[in-house]
Amino acid sequence: MAAVLDVTPESAWTALLRRLQQDRVGAVSLGIVAAYLVMIFFAMAGWLAGGWSEEVGVPYANPAFLGERPNLEAALQKRSEHKGRVPDLRDIDPLAPKYEEWAKRTGELKSTQRERSLTLPWGGDRWGRDVLDKAIKGSQVSIAVGVVAALCATLIGTLLGATAGFYGGWINDFLEWLYNVFTSIPGILLVFTLAAVLRSGPLAAVFASGIWTVVIILSVTGWTGMYRLVRAEYMKHRSREYVLAAQAMGASGLSRMFVHILPNVSHVVLVQLSLLVVAFIKVEVILSFLGLGVPVDMVSWGTMLSEAQTELVIGKWWQLAAATLFMAIFLTAFSMLTDSLRDALDPRLR
Amino acid sequence: MSALVAVRDLKVSFVTRQSAVEAVRGVSFEIPEDSTLALVGESGSGKTVSAMSILRLLPENAVIDRASRVEYGGENLLGVPAPRLRELRGREISAVFQEPMTSLNPVLTVGEQVAEVLRLHRGMSARQALERSAELLNEVGIPEPRARLRAYPHELSGGQQQRVMIAMAIANEPKLLIADEPTTALDVTVQRQVLELIARLRERHRMSVLFISHDLGLVGELADAVVVMRDGVVRESGPVERIFRAPQDPYTRALLACRPRLDARPRRLPVIEDFMRGQPIPSEPLERPDAAEPLVEARHLRKEFRLRTGLWASRSLLAVGDVSFAVSRGRTVGVVGESGSGKTTVALLLMRLLQASGGEARFDGTDLLKLKPSAMMGFRRRIQIVFQNPYASLNPRRSIGRTLVEPMRIHGLGAGEDERYRRARQLLQRVGLPEDAMQRYPHEFSGGQRQRIAIARALAVEPEVLICDEPVSALDVSVQATVLNLLLELQESLGLAYVFISHDLAVVKYMADEVLVMRSGEVVERGTPEAIFRSPQHEYTRKLVEAIPRGLEGRLH
Repeated sequence: MAAVLDVTPESAWTALLRRLQQDRVGAVSLGIVAAYLVMIFFAMAGWLAGGWSEEVGVPYANPAFLGERPNLEAALQKRSEHKGRVPDLRDIDPLAPKYEEWAKRTGELKSTQRERSLTLPWGGDRWGRDVLDKAIKGSQVSIAVGVVAALCATLIGTLLGATAGFYGGWINDFLEWLYNVFTSIPGILLVFTLAAVLRSGPLAAVFASGIWTVVIILSVTGWTGMYRLVRAEYMKHRSREYVLAAQAMGASGLSRMFVHILPNVSHVVLVQLSLLVVAFIKVEVILSFLGLGVPVDMVSWGTMLSEAQTELVIGKWWQLAAATLFMAIFLTAFSMLTDSLRDALDPRLR
Repeated sequence: MSALVAVRDLKVSFVTRQSAVEAVRGVSFEIPEDSTLALVGESGSGKTVSAMSILRLLPENAVIDRASRVEYGGENLLGVPAPRLRELRGREISAVFQEPMTSLNPVLTVGEQVAEVLRLHRGMSARQALERSAELLNEVGIPEPRARLRAYPHELSGGQQQRVMIAMAIANEPKLLIADEPTTALDVTVQRQVLELIARLRERHRMSVLFISHDLGLVGELADAVVVMRDGVVRESGPVERIFRAPQDPYTRALLACRPRLDARPRRLPVIEDFMRGQPIPSEPLERPDAAEPLVEARHLRKEFRLRTGLWASRSLLAVGDVSFAVSRGRTVGVVGESGSGKTTVALLLMRLLQASGGEARFDGTDLLKLKPSAMMGFRRRIQIVFQNPYASLNPRRSIGRTLVEPMRIHGLGAGEDERYRRARQLLQRVGLPEDAMQRYPHEFSGGQRQRIAIARALAVEPEVLICDEPVSALDVSVQATVLNLLLELQESLGLAYVFISHDLAVVKYMADEVLVMRSGEVVERGTPEAIFRSPQHEYTRKLVEAIPRGLEGRLH
């Protein structure tokens, strides 16, 4: 019995993990990506950066390591708070009778003035929110949008591309027509259209808020490149002898498509997937900037970067740095990981 | 006769990140002026690396030992600076490669490519160069050379492409032409013509030729001297008559013997190992069963391809005209023809990998061509195919074990996975491979081993009929013998019926009980192999018989 098990080939997944571990670059990038995923999980659970939206510091609070830096903006605001004297308009104000009632009701509420700190670990933004917390919470949204949308686009592109390339004929004609429709509309227009349909159409209730609108927009518009590449690969592979051999022994069309050919074109899919993740995280930035991205009550690397534009002019660089660093590290690690994955999946490169 | 090029103690290794492999281990030979030297060996013997070292056309990771020397006209070619090397390449020493389709640039016309060589080395004007190109194309035997100047490589046949390559190589009247298996990718009858061309040009231009081949039979027709290589060392060298008449090294004797002979049909072909170990050479004659009730019968098979030529217009191309044959258990029908003759199409029609346009393929009385796909599944198990190219027919991403087990799983053979893996190991043993091949991947095996794996996969479903579509054409002659022996042995013990397809008449003659000669989709001649060889009726069959390399007997000059 033991002899039988010895010769049974190890499963594709254990082999993959074993080879990834042997590749140092792959192992390190796998570690980094895993660390990000853990961080995102903690952020989602609220254990990490839960209070990212609280104004814990003075506006544009300095990073802890730059505590001595003069902060003109915070000083300016403090001065306007103290000086702000409201002129007496009681005689002409039609709402004057209500003042007393309001004052009473305000008195019932308890308000605490939080002590705003002058410095934050990685600085603060315009409202004094902690930039580090924002970057962590932003990772959750950006990576979810980028990775989930890229996976969806890859799935659509691969399925359609495989079908068109493998079967050819009228199926290919139809899918080519679909592809042409999608690529003939300017990308940004398509995005606007989809955003309008998803936000105010009959589906508005389903996707009322949250990031799912962005994910759907990106995956529905982003599958075309993947489709073309996968289709071309399938056209090349479908008449290869190993596929004919599989057909000769009775393998079904689906089995030939996904069990035999797909592993042989996976390198194309993986490389394209990593490019899509990078591209989608960047597109999310643009969409957020245009107001079509994540809702205003959420933070993403994209919204951070668009805020950073104005801050940079007055010399507050830390928000830009935080978003860029988080993004750069993740994207580099992710690209490296897909490259290693591609090599690990290829038995010729063991 | 003085030496034109002298290679002395050549050592070349290939360095990868993990290791260094010594491909050529101290090879010396001399190419005399005005003669042909042949380098012969199996793939991996280092013959191509040795020859390409002369022009320093080696992969980046090749390292030539410092003590090695290639002397040409008083210079050491391994030490000359790059500009001088460029001057020599294409003018004094030129090369023709194995695959004419990939050696020519597909987006430039033939005329531009030939003219480029002339302009580079002769400083000719564009018009002069084109004029001279036409003359060169005429010299290498391309009809209507002027019109062909404007043709693109894909508009020419393989033989014509190779002629263009030769025209480029001789354009500057080089002193040495290196021909690296120039005819391996060509049809047999074209192979003969190209060899004749090289021999004629060599004589006319009084140049030397370094001819690289794995086939001693071919070399004997052309070469004046032969160097036999194996594993990066020279096993034997000498004048061609001595090599053929009195070979000293057992390896040379083995190479001479392993090509199927036309005058005998031994039960088993001699292989390299027999000679290297000094075992007796098999001579027992092959016994064949008599024809009986046919198991597979093809009747008037026909296949047309429709080519769209316009929006509505289309033209039909007849791939297979009218092919009929019958095979009974334990017997072999051979199909011979060149590329484009429709022989592979016949195989695909029988397997229903292509839909036939007409005719019947009866298997045990049932017409396979009219079966529903679901009913066909049962027959897929009983009729299997081995493809030509073992490098393409195995899925590179699957281990051998999974490749062998899948067909059994599809057809529900074996009680469970363990049982199937046990049977897969038995199959590997049966085709002469070690059990540890199970976890390995196709790229780890040589061509001959891969073809054994492909045969094992076909046998996994216990078929009754095996279609062999050029199963040994991609293999060295020495490996061919081992695979043919395996096929014969399997046929004897399992009673398989074979449809054996090949372009090599000698191989088909050895394997088959009945031979069909095909040309442009039609069967032009059929009969027993002996009859076809003794008195070929059709002119095309005669050409095929003449094209079989015969060593010294087929001497070109």
